[in-house]
Amino acid sequence: MPKRDRWEERNGDSGAAPAPHWDEAPRIRALITAYEGVPGALLPILHAIQDELGYIDRRAIPLVAEGLNISRAEVVGVIGFYTDFREEPPGRHVLKVCRAESCQAMGCEPLAEHLQSRLGVEMGGTTADGEVTLETVYCLGNCALSPAVMLDGRLYGRVTPARAEALLVGARP
Amino acid sequence: MTRVFVPADAAALSVGAEDVAEAIAREAAARGVAIDLVRTGSRGMFWLEPLVEVETPAGRVAYGPVSPAEVPALVDGGLFEGKPGPGCLGLTEAIPYLANQERLTFARCGVIDPFSLDEYRAHGGYRGLDRALAMMPGEVVEEVVASGLRGRGGAGFPTGVKWRTVLAQPAGQKYIVANADEGDSGTFADRMLMEGDPFLLIEGMTIAGIAVGATKGYIYIRSEYPHAFRAFTRAIHIARGAGLLGEDVGGGGRAFDIEARLGAGAYICGEETSLLESLEGKRGTVRYRPPLPAVEGLFGQPTVVNNLLSYAAVPTILAEGAAFYANYGMGRSRGTMPLQLAGNIRQGGLVEKAFGITLREAIEGFGAAPPAAAPFAPCRSAGRSVRTCRMRSWTPPSTTRRWLP
Repeated sequence: MPKRDRWEERNGDSGAAPAPHWDEAPRIRALITAYEGVPGALLPILHAIQDELGYIDRRAIPLVAEGLNISRAEVVGVIGFYTDFREEPPGRHVLKVCRAESCQAMGCEPLAEHLQSRLGVEMGGTTADGEVTLETVYCLGNCALSPAVMLDGRLYGRVTPARAEALLVGARP
Repeated sequence: MTRVFVPADAAALSVGAEDVAEAIAREAAARGVAIDLVRTGSRGMFWLEPLVEVETPAGRVAYGPVSPAEVPALVDGGLFEGKPGPGCLGLTEAIPYLANQERLTFARCGVIDPFSLDEYRAHGGYRGLDRALAMMPGEVVEEVVASGLRGRGGAGFPTGVKWRTVLAQPAGQKYIVANADEGDSGTFADRMLMEGDPFLLIEGMTIAGIAVGATKGYIYIRSEYPHAFRAFTRAIHIARGAGLLGEDVGGGGRAFDIEARLGAGAYICGEETSLLESLEGKRGTVRYRPPLPAVEGLFGQPTVVNNLLSYAAVPTILAEGAAFYANYGMGRSRGTMPLQLAGNIRQGGLVEKAFGITLREAIEGFGAAPPAAAPFAPCRSAGRSVRTCRMRSWTPPSTTRRWLP
């Protein structure tokens, strides 16, 4: 498919048509307004949207572009550049496994293998029941207590496969 | 009242410090003992975390690693009195790992409540800023030049010379940017300071602002450090509330404020020009140089971009004088360097030493890596750009210098 068509498919229209109704739009507009007058506010705004929705809904893109007076292509470009910004909702829990050098020296690879087979997903995937998204991260700054993982924003150190499973059991209802 | 210290550093919490703190509070309440439970940063001895300390007339006594289940027995054994026994490590400051360090930047980390300005001041904080406020901007810059401080981000460019360039730019909006995009594996010094002594960084950035005539500072923190971001943001609010950031910093008639910004998972943003692009709300692509950021940096204005550890060294330089700081170190590398030992090593943690320590001293001495057991053990002495070396190839101090920054 030509590049331009793909972009349009992902982002709705080619500019002329009015934005379709979206229930979240007022909430997102309010988030954007809070950054009025803040220079270079695109990243903080995208973080705020993701904190609110769990991901960056593509329907938010024209609102952000309008609020900052930049093109939608610029917003899409920034979202695509930074690995943190998701374009799809993640699982209810996000488990990030550190696979940088220090954690490698302490066995993060067997840990990652174990989690992938137990959850039945590849790194970057979400379990079929939508409970857990498993991700790779490069360094959580807990290198003296490797291997490290982060579950829903909380850091854990000296994580064995058994401890990782216990964490997941504790997080799920 | 007995003061008991438990770290609230992310690494300590990652191995159960919160549960330990709760268990201690519970035991104290059950026994009717009034304690003052202080949450600190980490001392940087991570193999001993969660580390619990108790204040005694002789000094602080350490216990560690402590698990929540062990707390009742430790209290029975006299933890609240600092009595020796199983799990007791004696006086914290006498533990060789700490006693053999030369801590200037990390002097307060793990010692004080990171959100208490009173404690920060009581341990020497804001003396550097007070002195800087009484000096001419150019004098502050020359003090940093004279200290020999070189950028702690890795390139080692003289910090004071960079500041001189920004000071020399025509008056107008200038910026201070702190690079806390600590992305290389094995590094955690920035994170420890943001969580354990954030006022030190605020003071260092403020001195930089006063020195070059910048009124606004940004700290760019990587998103993998949500705990550090929250801690630092909290410290900014406290400093602003106390008049140490804002329109009239410390009553000295100069304006300076700081905004903490969160990265978004791009390793390249640790490079200074990509970081500036990211702060401007763009993709983190590298800029061509020249112009240098010191001439045309953030939003096209003259900008000091330094590693967070460079700013953290500045309050000591101003408070004690350039000569004091320059007295540490060797050759063209003056002062101290926080080393971080990590990976498959017995005593991983933070070691602050004057430049001149050898890799062997760091890894075998502090890290307690067995010298005979692994003669071919590979070692990385810096980030991803530095090649891996083998233990056997570590040569005597005169030639190991090429491995050091």
